[in-house]
Amino acid sequence: MALTREQMAQRVARELKDGYYVNLGIGIPTLVANYVPADMEVMLQSENGLLGMGEFPTEAQLDADMINAGKQTVTARIGASIFNSAESFAMIRGGHVDLTVLGAFEVDVEGNIASWMIPGKLVKGMGGAMDLVAGADNIIVTMTHASKDGESKLLPRCSLPLTGAGCIRKVLTDLAYLEIENGAFILRETAPGVTVEEIIEKTAGKLIVADDVKEMTF
Amino acid sequence: MAGLDKRVATYEQALEGLTDNMTVLAGGFGLCGIPENLIAEIKRRGVKGLTVVSNNCGVDGFGLGVLLEDHQIRKMVASYVGENAEFERQLLSGELEVELTPQGTLAEKMRAGGAGIPAFFTATGYGTPVAEGKEVREFNGRKYILEEAITGDFAIVKGWKADHYGNVVYRNTAQNFNPLAATAGKITVVEVEEIVEPGVLLPTEIHTPGIYVDRVIVGTFEKRIEKRTVKA
Repeated sequence: MALTREQMAQRVARELKDGYYVNLGIGIPTLVANYVPADMEVMLQSENGLLGMGEFPTEAQLDADMINAGKQTVTARIGASIFNSAESFAMIRGGHVDLTVLGAFEVDVEGNIASWMIPGKLVKGMGGAMDLVAGADNIIVTMTHASKDGESKLLPRCSLPLTGAGCIRKVLTDLAYLEIENGAFILRETAPGVTVEEIIEKTAGKLIVADDVKEMTF
Repeated sequence: MAGLDKRVATYEQALEGLTDNMTVLAGGFGLCGIPENLIAEIKRRGVKGLTVVSNNCGVDGFGLGVLLEDHQIRKMVASYVGENAEFERQLLSGELEVELTPQGTLAEKMRAGGAGIPAFFTATGYGTPVAEGKEVREFNGRKYILEEAITGDFAIVKGWKADHYGNVVYRNTAQNFNPLAATAGKITVVEVEEIVEPGVLLPTEIHTPGIYVDRVIVGTFEKRIEKRTVKA
């Protein structure tokens, strides 16, 4: 079975380490915050200028001046700091964020990522995604393995305009966890009940099955 | 205006000198920390042909979105312009020009503009459509693109509190692009929720030192919430 959105978030959360500063994108990445292990302390960075994002507010705590990068109302946790947008991207661009998780339309065997623009469709903008992928060493892309029409999103070369070049090393799809090395996807883990054959079939870019490929457990 | 007293009494005075075809830098992220009343004053003045630099362009009927209604914006420089049907319409019909700029690059362009740095190299956007036509340089084995600074004829800024010297503090994440825009306007206008007596704001807590600020006005704010999200 393909992973649910919640399971994808759970799997990403296993990459967290105690003391990490983490930036979570919109969608599945946001759900990762729900799976931070209780014995671990991580600080969530929101690129509009908040380090130490807390839970959503209660009605009583609701504050129009306190939002995250997805424009949702949030709270700040103990130990948080708030700053301007240039400072926020200095943290990101300067490589100070330990882990960035974001979605994509496509990734390829060279670590290129396309996530912001589909020619012919209205372009709304890249927001902070280009800064995030250029600035972080440790990025996990979360996306479905194939489109609804069955087209692979793991490609020999991205077909859409890029968000960043050569910056992606880890991809979690609904079918597999893969790493990108030396011009190939390395299949490290399969979703429970998903066969290696299915993943090979749905991966358009060069795929190497790791000798110790594992099945994920939840 | 006398000496270092930056206060003005009316919004008309606050934007005196704003004319057609000027460049206006605006603070705000989504609808958070936007200079609502200064935007309304731009609408009232009816100036046209503006280049507006802001992370977003408001929504239909609120924030910078209201300046689209009378076609006052010729060009928008922003990182994300969703949530605005009239914006989409004008973009698709060619009435409006848009320069999409990565968010961190946009912030740094304003910071650089205010700091007298004409351009800077960044890895952001290398290998993407953003890099088209831009100089590429390699530093320590990595490729960077040259991005130019931005300054404005006017900067419109929303603060929380200010004193008459133009020292400003921002509240929570309503800070965002505001202090950056404040540094990069030839004329920087700050509207705040409260003007306090000199000395009330501690020197150590000032976000925007008064040297960047030309005019301060006190206003009342709707502070509309774009995505109201509460704990279940």
